[in-house]
Amino acid sequence: MAPDLNVLAVRDLEVRRGVRHVVRGVSLDVGRGEIVAVMGASGAGKTSVLRAVAGLDPIAAGSVAIDGLQLAAGPLPRGETLRQLHRRVGMVFQFHHLFEHLTALHNVWLALVHVQRHSQAEAERKARELLDHLGVGARAEATPRELSGGEAQRVAIARALAVGPPLLLMDEPTASLDPARRGELAATLRQLASEGRTIVVATHDEEFARSCAHRVLIMEEGRVAR
Amino acid sequence: MSHAVRPKSISRRVRLKPDTTPRLTPDTTPRLTPDTTTRLKPDTTCRRPRIVSILCVSVAALVTISVSAQTPELRWGGDAEGGAPFVEADPNDPARVVGFEVDIAQLLAEGLGRTPRFIQTGFTTIDASVARGDFDIGLSGIEDSYARRTRLAVTVPYYRFQEILTVRAADAARFRTLADLRGRRVATLAATLAFDLLTAAEKEHGLLVVPYEDDVHPYTDLTVGRVDAVLLDEVLAERGVRRHPGLTNQPTSVGVGYYVGILAPENVALRNQIDAILKQAMRDGRLETIFRRWKMWNDDQPNLYGRVTADESSGAPQPQSAASDLSVWAATRRYLPSLLTATVITLVLSVLSMALAIIVGVLIASGRVYGPAPLKTLLTGWVELIRGTPLLLQLFVIYYGLATVVQLPAFLAALIGLGLNYGAYESEIYRSALESVPPGQLDAARTLGFSDRQTLMLIRGPQALRLALAPMTNDFVALLKDSSLVSLITVVELTKQTTIFASNIGSWFVPGVVCAALYLALSLPVSHLARRLEKRWRRT
Repeated sequence: MAPDLNVLAVRDLEVRRGVRHVVRGVSLDVGRGEIVAVMGASGAGKTSVLRAVAGLDPIAAGSVAIDGLQLAAGPLPRGETLRQLHRRVGMVFQFHHLFEHLTALHNVWLALVHVQRHSQAEAERKARELLDHLGVGARAEATPRELSGGEAQRVAIARALAVGPPLLLMDEPTASLDPARRGELAATLRQLASEGRTIVVATHDEEFARSCAHRVLIMEEGRVAR
Repeated sequence: MSHAVRPKSISRRVRLKPDTTPRLTPDTTPRLTPDTTTRLKPDTTCRRPRIVSILCVSVAALVTISVSAQTPELRWGGDAEGGAPFVEADPNDPARVVGFEVDIAQLLAEGLGRTPRFIQTGFTTIDASVARGDFDIGLSGIEDSYARRTRLAVTVPYYRFQEILTVRAADAARFRTLADLRGRRVATLAATLAFDLLTAAEKEHGLLVVPYEDDVHPYTDLTVGRVDAVLLDEVLAERGVRRHPGLTNQPTSVGVGYYVGILAPENVALRNQIDAILKQAMRDGRLETIFRRWKMWNDDQPNLYGRVTADESSGAPQPQSAASDLSVWAATRRYLPSLLTATVITLVLSVLSMALAIIVGVLIASGRVYGPAPLKTLLTGWVELIRGTPLLLQLFVIYYGLATVVQLPAFLAALIGLGLNYGAYESEIYRSALESVPPGQLDAARTLGFSDRQTLMLIRGPQALRLALAPMTNDFVALLKDSSLVSLITVVELTKQTTIFASNIGSWFVPGVVCAALYLALSLPVSHLARRLEKRWRRT
């Protein structure tokens, strides 16, 4: 694929945790509407790649381009770069990290109002649509503690998608799901991809990866093995 | 958290009641002779700071015990913190106490064929201690009063003192009497005859009474201009002028009082023996020798002694107050308005202090969580300094220590002191609450595009507040009670007003119950509100 068609282009990425290199020279291109699964054992560096792309961990060397936005090696992105980044990347965490003092609906519209400056009514309408779309519209008024693992994950996906990023990162999405729910999640991701969303999933669940991803990368000790 | 316990007060006298006291008219009254003197209401009295090592005094007491094991003792109670010339640790031998009260105790013990043994007692608790039998007699510059006579066995008066107005030398010509002090602040010790005289003058002459807990700071505050006059007995007034050359005593007496010994009410037989010994000492000049040694002898005393020794029937001037004044319920009704006013002061002070503490706490906690390393170190040092030193000390430093630089009004000083102190504790609550919010949520907020400030206001802060609510409620209730410490810097709040009330009627039971009820009326609604909020938030 030509670089300008790629939503995500990672070049020779290095990430350090302290003195340890957790990612060493990873390169990766992902096109629009593509689902890529990054697999590997715990500690292989999958999550670190996602965190660097999301602007949560600094890039030690190499570069990342997301829908035309360049992230270079150096300290964490700030200011305008950070704002641009957040419009392009949504992230769903392994443990969801929903805001526990807010309802599911409120979790989804909070950034629409305070970051994207939508009106409250419009933000709520959009949030409800997303929750409905993901099959958890009935749980809109529930608080995170009242949600099951699968419901919380769908709310977290809705929250990440609300601001409309072209790229969605998911870290170990099947960790809290039973087998039936994994199938549903795979279908959901397929659906999102078909709508033009680009998705990178870090997982060690091979069956899930093969069921939803267009492409699977295997990482070992911070490098792409295959 | 818990804070400093109210310290034993340094010196003070107990107060006499205002209304029942036929007033010794200010200025015009050159000494009333005992018989004509209407009695000033009861209470105690005492004075003088002077940091005395109570430890040394205790050692002295122990030594005395061992020496006197064979002969019966005369146990006498006093407050060595009162200082000279009453009772104080001997500067040359801190294991001994010296003072005119010590000499009088020796005189009484000799007359009774006993050995004197000093028992250190906080000034405000001398009445209660002697009544419950902790010692045989209390001698500590205790003022004769009507209430005291009704509940204790009181000796004949052995010293007569005048209440003297002290002013700055520059004001000597314009502030001659209480009537000249309209709209001015006049300091004294709470719960004393002088306090009662001033309370009456407050209505009559429109001056403002500023009650202190010790007898040194009225004079230092007069020097720096926080108050415009001090009314205290001549012994203290003389000492105040000696220590502060810029002050002067007005020559005219404002009122007259007497020092007495107090015994448990059932100890009338011993009291009568002691009265006889005192009268004999008045006749044969031994009391005069004692007061001359302490440079307290003056022309008032022969007159007093003449009357006391001539009156074989009762010995002491009789109080003239009506018995009805003593009814606890009547007194409670009379004190209720001032207790309610004091309750409002406690509440307003506590609410404003807590508001300041919350602001200070949020700022410190934010600095410690988000600030650069040097700021974090600085703030940590500040928190440790404030938490590691007594609130009382901080109040003294803010009110008295800064007085030469900035003279804060007492209420403002109290507000700042409580606010800064509790702010340090609040900051620790907020810091730990902020750090309890899972870091994953902060990552999530960052990927959604929230700024640090938005994350704090919308996500981290609200969750931290839920965690902090219970400890904050706890702190507010603690602050309501700690606010009683500010009476030491002349703010009359609920506990102080209750102390005045209790010493006036000579019992802590009803005042204690009323005071407790008022504190509960303040704290219970707060606790209830906090529980409701917690219940509502528990859902999330």
